[in-house]
Amino acid sequence: MSDKATFEFLCRMGDNTLVLGHRVSEWCGVAPVLEEDIALANTALDLIGQTQMWLGLAGEIEGRGRTADDLAMTRDAWDFRNVLLAEQPNGDFGQTMMRQFLFDAWHLAMLQALTRSCDTRVAEIAAKAVKEVRYHVERSGDTVIGLGDGTEESHRRMQAALDLLWPYVGEMFIPDAVDDAMAEAGIAPDLTELRAGFDSHVGSVMEAATLTIPDTDFAHKGGKSGFRHSEHLGHMLTQMQWLQRAYPGASW
Amino acid sequence: MSAPNSAYPDIPEAQPEKPKRHEWPLWEIFIRGQHGMSHRHVGSLHAPDAEMAIKNARDVYTRRNEGVSIWAVEARHIAASSPGDKGPFYEPSESKVYRHPTFFDIPDEVGAM
Amino acid sequence: MYAQMVKSTGQGVKSLDEMEPQERAFQERINAGEKIEPKDWMPAGYRKNLIRQIGQHAHSEIVGQLPEGNWITRAPTLERKAILLAKVQDEAGHGLYLYCAAETLGVSRDELTEDLLSGKMKYSSIFNYPTLTWADMGAVGWLVDGAAIMNQVPLQRTSYGPYARAMVRICKEESFHQRQGYDIMMKMAQGTPAQKRMAQDALNRFWYPSLMMFGPSDADSVHSAQSMAWKIKMNTNDELRQKFVDQTVPQAEYLGLTVPDETLEWNDDKGGYDFAEPDWSEFFDVIKGNGPCNVERLAARNKAWDDGKWVREGLLAHAEKRASKKVAAE
Repeated sequence: MSDKATFEFLCRMGDNTLVLGHRVSEWCGVAPVLEEDIALANTALDLIGQTQMWLGLAGEIEGRGRTADDLAMTRDAWDFRNVLLAEQPNGDFGQTMMRQFLFDAWHLAMLQALTRSCDTRVAEIAAKAVKEVRYHVERSGDTVIGLGDGTEESHRRMQAALDLLWPYVGEMFIPDAVDDAMAEAGIAPDLTELRAGFDSHVGSVMEAATLTIPDTDFAHKGGKSGFRHSEHLGHMLTQMQWLQRAYPGASW
Repeated sequence: MSAPNSAYPDIPEAQPEKPKRHEWPLWEIFIRGQHGMSHRHVGSLHAPDAEMAIKNARDVYTRRNEGVSIWAVEARHIAASSPGDKGPFYEPSESKVYRHPTFFDIPDEVGAM
Repeated sequence: MYAQMVKSTGQGVKSLDEMEPQERAFQERINAGEKIEPKDWMPAGYRKNLIRQIGQHAHSEIVGQLPEGNWITRAPTLERKAILLAKVQDEAGHGLYLYCAAETLGVSRDELTEDLLSGKMKYSSIFNYPTLTWADMGAVGWLVDGAAIMNQVPLQRTSYGPYARAMVRICKEESFHQRQGYDIMMKMAQGTPAQKRMAQDALNRFWYPSLMMFGPSDADSVHSAQSMAWKIKMNTNDELRQKFVDQTVPQAEYLGLTVPDETLEWNDDKGGYDFAEPDWSEFFDVIKGNGPCNVERLAARNKAWDDGKWVREGLLAHAEKRASKKVAAE
């Protein structure tokens, strides 16, 4: 098992939280109600903190002296390894919370498994992150239920969000060569084994939310491999990386 | 709160009664700061129900590690003494100085007590 | 300050002898440093002024999220992003605490919000200025929060209990805001020529608007005199402005930046700086709605409120459904 694969894997973990944390932070100041504004900022802060740990370790393992900031701020879109779900635009609040819940449900299962990683550095980061994510998924799940089973309008919007985002779920569970190498080395779980738990968790939340999971297992792919991101990622990076690109070498 | 739904309760006359508003209720939040301490009132917030009130309290009032346990009580359910009762309610206890340990003179020889 | 243009309704400050017994007892409690609590009797004017003042203060926190929120997605490092996000989140929290304090006076948060959105209630003029570079995040923390703290520290002793307690909590959290701002300024001022230029430019643009935050001179205002008698305003605008200038000028010197005021000079006799007044006609334009960002700020608040309506209604509808199911089951 090569360091290259481990680096790729850590970038996947870190880019997921980086990109999703960035998206969630876009809500700051404009959420539907003050309490949600504050809660979303907490989620974003947790994800940014996790990014620092994952990408920090990635840089260390890569051994070329790149820091978490270097990785976040100076790679181009094709070097990003986040799943497509994470980079999808916020849409309305319902779409944001649906994206959050689908990601959180996967993220929790993944982190729980990673706490048993044979790489202690990975296990330590996962142990810290899993506590935060357990709360994220509880909160996003409750919100999906509340809005799904709320008014006619909120129900309609949540169903639309689920229909829109469901095709991005598959990518999180379909293993590729990097995932296989990780599973073989005992660093990360076999992704396919996480699926049943995810389906039952998501299924029960959607049932309580009176929402129907689309009858398709079509999956968009290309995010975590970096082969084909959506157009949205590049726009996000032009914002996120602008200062570092415009004033290279400056210290902030 | 005598007039919870008027923007300026000091000018009630000649103001038509406004329609009742449909807002998230107000909750009072109590937090236990450390194990072994009692819950203390820390502030209020809005939430659609008790579960969300507790979650919101976690996000709003424990951002800096302030708590280990949260109570949320809907504000309208709190019974409060009225300020006019202040005299009869609390002053009688002022005269019960014997309730306080400093009332009693204990000789130094008997040690700490 | 955050409630720069609160007009009191009083006709002048009554002496104790002119007051009815109830009002006299109220004023005597305030004079003795006692706190007034929500259910206590209070003069109508006191209540009304407090609602306006706390409401404007809360609105300022909420609108104040926008100019800094403008840079969260462009913060230069992960750590800076986290710090800025945490800071803007604190402002939402401060708004929340203050709205709750206002609610104890018999007004609801949604009503106050609607008064903000319709333009009926104001917020601090400072948030109608744009944040154009990363150095503005430094300048806002250093100058704007610095000016705010000047006002908020004494307000911890204000006569209205819920307001005073909100201010205590806010001041505790606020201390990190100004420091993080100054920390950004230090990095910039010690940085590349381009960064230094950004830092000076930010100071140039934010100096006078920060001085305006204290409001026009109110030494001769009956309104202010009444608010001070009620201890809902603790110092005159000029006192606070002077204190702010005296504190800030040496900080600018330490950074190697130039305060954009050629008349600025230490005055030994008064033990403080002489400085130029801001352009008050600009201030009144901003208050009237003609600041550089008034339209955008209100539009952003309105959009957030309108877009969020279905969410607030949806979650409430769900809570009510659950409550009625629970009742039915019992």
